[in-house]
Amino acid sequence: MTPLLQLSGVSKRYGGVHANSGIDLTVDAGSIHAILGENGAGKSTLMKLIYGVEVPDEGQILWKGQPAHLSSPSDARRLGIGMVFQHFSLFETLTVVQNMALIVPGSKADLSARIRELGEAFGLSVDPRAMVHSLSVGERQRVEILRCLLLNPSLLILDEPTSVLPPQSVALLFDTLRALKDKGIAILFISHKLEEIRDLCDTATILRQGKVTAQLDPREGSARDLATLMIGRPMPPAVHPTPHGLGDQRLELTGLDYANDDPFGVSLKDISLYVRGGEILGIAGISGNGQQELAALISGEITLPASRRDVVRLMGQPVGDLGAAKRRTRRFAFVPEDRLGRGAVPDMSLADNALLTSHSRGLVQKGFIRRQAERAFTADVIARFDVRTPGPQAEAGALSGGNLQKFIMGREMMLEPEVLLVAQPTWGVDIGAASDIRQRLVAMRNEGAAILVISEEIDELFEICDRLQVLHKGRLSPSLDVATTTVDEVGTWMIGAAT
Amino acid sequence: MTILAFILAGTLAAATPMLLAALGELIVERSGVLNLGIEGMMALGAAIGFVVTYQTQNPYLGFAAAALGGIALSMVFATLALALTANQVAAGLAIGVLGQGMSSLLGKPLESQTLNAPDKLGIPGLADLPVIGPLFDQDIVVYLTLALAVAIWAVLNHSKLGLIIRAVGENPSAARAVGFPVLRIRLAAIAFGGALAGMAGAYASTIYTPLWADGMIAGRGWIAVALVVFGTWQTGRIVFGALLFGALSLGGLIGQAAGVGLPSQFLASIPYIVTILMLAVISSNRRRMRLNTIASLGQPFSN
Repeated sequence: MTPLLQLSGVSKRYGGVHANSGIDLTVDAGSIHAILGENGAGKSTLMKLIYGVEVPDEGQILWKGQPAHLSSPSDARRLGIGMVFQHFSLFETLTVVQNMALIVPGSKADLSARIRELGEAFGLSVDPRAMVHSLSVGERQRVEILRCLLLNPSLLILDEPTSVLPPQSVALLFDTLRALKDKGIAILFISHKLEEIRDLCDTATILRQGKVTAQLDPREGSARDLATLMIGRPMPPAVHPTPHGLGDQRLELTGLDYANDDPFGVSLKDISLYVRGGEILGIAGISGNGQQELAALISGEITLPASRRDVVRLMGQPVGDLGAAKRRTRRFAFVPEDRLGRGAVPDMSLADNALLTSHSRGLVQKGFIRRQAERAFTADVIARFDVRTPGPQAEAGALSGGNLQKFIMGREMMLEPEVLLVAQPTWGVDIGAASDIRQRLVAMRNEGAAILVISEEIDELFEICDRLQVLHKGRLSPSLDVATTTVDEVGTWMIGAAT
Repeated sequence: MTILAFILAGTLAAATPMLLAALGELIVERSGVLNLGIEGMMALGAAIGFVVTYQTQNPYLGFAAAALGGIALSMVFATLALALTANQVAAGLAIGVLGQGMSSLLGKPLESQTLNAPDKLGIPGLADLPVIGPLFDQDIVVYLTLALAVAIWAVLNHSKLGLIIRAVGENPSAARAVGFPVLRIRLAAIAFGGALAGMAGAYASTIYTPLWADGMIAGRGWIAVALVVFGTWQTGRIVFGALLFGALSLGGLIGQAAGVGLPSQFLASIPYIVTILMLAVISSNRRRMRLNTIASLGQPFSN
């Protein structure tokens, strides 16, 4: 049988970087094929080549045995290739059916009917008249998949589809994908989550540094074997927190309400939590459920009126009306979720970025920067937190995601805060650096700091946290003890189904 | 003629130059491009329209030439903003200054010359009505501009073309990912905006005040840009803003004629101030602004 899609010797360079080199890949109809690799391994580039967003420098792409010239996504769609993007390619200010009408021919009434019909057949129900910005992330993903299905594809590419979904929705998505496979549709499933791939896929192609390092049946090896193939060395062992004496309440929110006047934002309702010294509290939940607002309210980027200053307390003192700089003077430190832009200034050197939050550590004298002290401090962060960079004068924007995250974490940890807030500590960070960051958080907790971690990665939270609370639509669940709760229980709170 | 009749008769014509230019800029901005060179494109269109109409005595040729001039200047802007991904604010300002300079140069030999304004076309039946009759006795360009406003509203809100323009403006990367030629769509939008700005200038110099005076556009291009932004990119609000400005500028003339004890410069500035205040109030609703703002406005995009 002729394979549906065959790539031979495909290469793509960006400047001097070989994003893909000599990739061979064969995808058969009616199969689910995993593309596995770390951030930066070349998965996204490979998908862009198959979907016609980029054109390969070398090599050949065969579609049903014929050479295919894919120079734009419309070429790919004409052949029957559909793609569901990780960061959705939907237009938020348009309705669902308008989004479809952009690329699918047909009248609105006709499209709405087909959306409902396909939605029922594959468990992808969504209201065609809804505005996209009012939909949850899971619903948006359904819209993306439906938009592909309306074009009757033979191959469906999904880029990290589960990274935005709660566990229960992942199960639903997998049911949908299996149903599509039974209809003869081939699926390319990109992921770095090993258990999922073992659960769903028939074949896995593993990429490392732009090259194929293995092609195998993922159900034959263990997740650890897959990880070793993916990162090229054995996985570092996980460190779990050891029980430890608890200090007093360092950070406390009581009945925090926040009405957001941004129509794309989330309002928070009756948020209560506390973090004691020597523990890590995790905030689980899918991004976009109020995480950004909560982080901004705790960090002081959003301040409350003086009448409600009691709602946020640091070391027992009311700080609700204090700005970010004043809260930092009270032994509070904060690592925001976006590294480039809020965590660091991309165009400035690491040394100047260090100065931004660490100026109180003797780096400034009478209003003048002490360059030597600044450089020494930065070099210290770089050495102690294993940041791979040419030196303190390197531009922050030139560092890889993992290295910059290690630098920002290091900068904040060097302040020896009593309370540390970390939002999405390992987003877009490779496995090695992520494990390093988690170990450092645990070590800091063991030394008695109070740490609040906001993360989408359930596994990560279960690994490092003592307690968990789940944020869903601006409301926070009660505190769950990690030792006694389960992923399923947390997942139930994530979709708002718990009572 | 009573004051009311004067205002009814003149508002639409006074509003037309701003409205034409603003409708063009609306399409440009909806596609995600900020063209601040409108004032210069109107000035160039005004000079070309006047010179061609003066030489040929054919107002249609004058309008066509002004539109082509506007397109030509907008293509210089497009080269900078799209092909070279220059900063759109800086590119627009530079092109605006260039247009004003070219306008002065072209118009210099005809300084203070006049043209015959074309006849007005009364709508049979309506133009003879008491009180509101003058409203329906306008020149052809006024009717066409109003028809264009309706057409642009319909295209933007109810057609696939409008969906594509909005999609490109909201999220160019996503638009490219689903296969739309973002730069070509933006290029077409810029050309359309340039043509309308050129014709808006020609209307001001050959019909509204058919007399050549250097600098005659007098900031109306800037008002057009303000109308689009403060009108929150909605066709209806832009029309409202243009009419408000038109009516107020006539009110200023009446005030001067009636000898109100205020300096004429102050009276002349009232329409600018009131229009901006009104529209600032409309656009001060944060929720409305957030829902309507074009996400990629002014950001360079390259494939």
